[in-house]
Amino acid sequence: MSGIFTKSMARNIFYGGTVFFFLLFLALTFDTERELPSRDNSANITPQVAAGKHIWETRNCIGCHSLLGEGAYFAPELGNVYVRRGPDFIKAWMMSQPTGAPGRRQMPNFHLTDSELDELVAFLKYTSEINTANWPPNIEG
Amino acid sequence: MQYKSQAVAMPYFIAAIGLFVGQIIFGLIMGMQYVVGDFLFPEIPFNVARMVHTNLLIVWLLFGFMGAAYYMIPEESETELFSPKLALIMFWIFLVAGAATILGYLLVPYATLAEMTGNDLLATMGREFLEQPLPTKVGIVIVALAFLFNITMTSLKGRKTAISMVLLLGLWGLAIFFLFSFYNPVNLVRDKFYWWWVVHLWVEGVWELILGALLAFVLIKVTGVDREVIEKWLYVIITLALVTGIIGTGHHYYWIGAPEYWQWWGSIFSALEPLPFFAMTVFAFNMVNRRRREHPNKAAVLWALGTGVMAFLGAGVWGFLHTLAPVNYYTHGSQITAAHGHMAFYGAYVMVVLTIISYAMPILRGRAANSNKAQVLEMWSFWLMTIAMVFITLFLTAAGILQVWLQRVSDAPMSFMATQDQISLFFWMREWAGVMFFIGLLVYLVSFFVKGETQPTKA
Repeated sequence: MSGIFTKSMARNIFYGGTVFFFLLFLALTFDTERELPSRDNSANITPQVAAGKHIWETRNCIGCHSLLGEGAYFAPELGNVYVRRGPDFIKAWMMSQPTGAPGRRQMPNFHLTDSELDELVAFLKYTSEINTANWPPNIEG
Repeated sequence: MQYKSQAVAMPYFIAAIGLFVGQIIFGLIMGMQYVVGDFLFPEIPFNVARMVHTNLLIVWLLFGFMGAAYYMIPEESETELFSPKLALIMFWIFLVAGAATILGYLLVPYATLAEMTGNDLLATMGREFLEQPLPTKVGIVIVALAFLFNITMTSLKGRKTAISMVLLLGLWGLAIFFLFSFYNPVNLVRDKFYWWWVVHLWVEGVWELILGALLAFVLIKVTGVDREVIEKWLYVIITLALVTGIIGTGHHYYWIGAPEYWQWWGSIFSALEPLPFFAMTVFAFNMVNRRRREHPNKAAVLWALGTGVMAFLGAGVWGFLHTLAPVNYYTHGSQITAAHGHMAFYGAYVMVVLTIISYAMPILRGRAANSNKAQVLEMWSFWLMTIAMVFITLFLTAAGILQVWLQRVSDAPMSFMATQDQISLFFWMREWAGVMFFIGLLVYLVSFFVKGETQPTKA
């Protein structure tokens, strides 16, 4: 960098560029908020779904699983598990944990009541109906 | 050291290193659970180990950043720290809160922990990296504000340099964006959208300002190159970082229910995200080549150069690898993400904290540099940890490519668990590379206790 390009020019480009692109980011965020209702399945958020999300969070499911591809990669993707397995399988699966199969990855039993299991399933159903631009590529997640 | 109050940095650095050791131990436990699924079950389930691993990383990096600021700001401002006492009180609060949180994860079932700590009042827990109970999150805000008050006041009463301004801007940004961790809407898409305002705008935004400032500070000290030149580079690097990184947030918005134009915004801007890291590498090598003095601390120079190279590889190259939407469609949430995450965090943030520790710690202990013997050992630890991390990344990348192929691309896609069985060989190799990393870390610890002839500091 030659003497023509001074430190104060670099500083001004930094502040100008940062402010410009942050404002652009805010504008895109604003537009995203406007478009979300057409994609995010929020029309189907019931008290049961909200309770299910609370269970999802307080059992730290994201510590092993991914949800819409985000989380840990130790256990299967659950964004589409409602479609892949269906409600009855999910509930039966949760109740039968841990398998105790030697050497296999183990999932704790969270001792959820029947209505809590229904709430969790409702949350997973709601999640599976979010418009994710056709992700994941196939049913296996 | 030039200012007495810089000494408060020392406990911060020691705590950072101590928590780093804990982080790696839990990393090894998780690596083992990837291949021997029931290892330590039910005592330490995978999700608990992962919370401890990632939260310790965040906390020890924050300790490192704060220590770095307490060391750098008095020297940059040419004045004593506003309140060394406040800095020490905050150190103990942060350490106790951090330790209590980790013990909470390990000893109490997470749902009980949530109940005990007021998560029903304001639900913020159970989201990746933001698993901390409410009191911990509030504590982080309090410590951050007291810390920012302390260094801002110091800076205001003294010389204002570009390095200290950039560092302050980065640290203020860190605190401000953390506030989004208190926002947890029921709408999952909106939850995820703003979750990234903490996570992405930290590591691919304001943290890069902190990284740049730390690196620039050490380079001025060890090369003696003119401040005007280094600070000009600093501005160029952070301009590139924020101009690409802010809109680059879009690469997280492809598949979570956000509008599909993010695939364009995210792909184009995040494809440019390697640029600031490339500039950083060129910067570090250029400054060292143009050095006007031979600083006796060779280890610190090595860490500084290593930061440039590894940040470019981990954050730049491995980030680019899966950032374009058509590629990310297949790699999203696979072991490719894990590969990138490991090398990016190590190369950018771990290494820059170890750089400043390597430079400042000998001075805090009353010498310009450690003895030759201690430095040789420290450089061994540099190579052991860095090469181990390269292998961890390569093995996870191999695992990720196979995973994507078997589970997502193939005509007869395998289930997640069947795929995991197929790629377990790479998980085993990753675990052995992790053992090598741990050995490197032990060598690093030992290097602090090696005596030998040293020169006293000039100041």
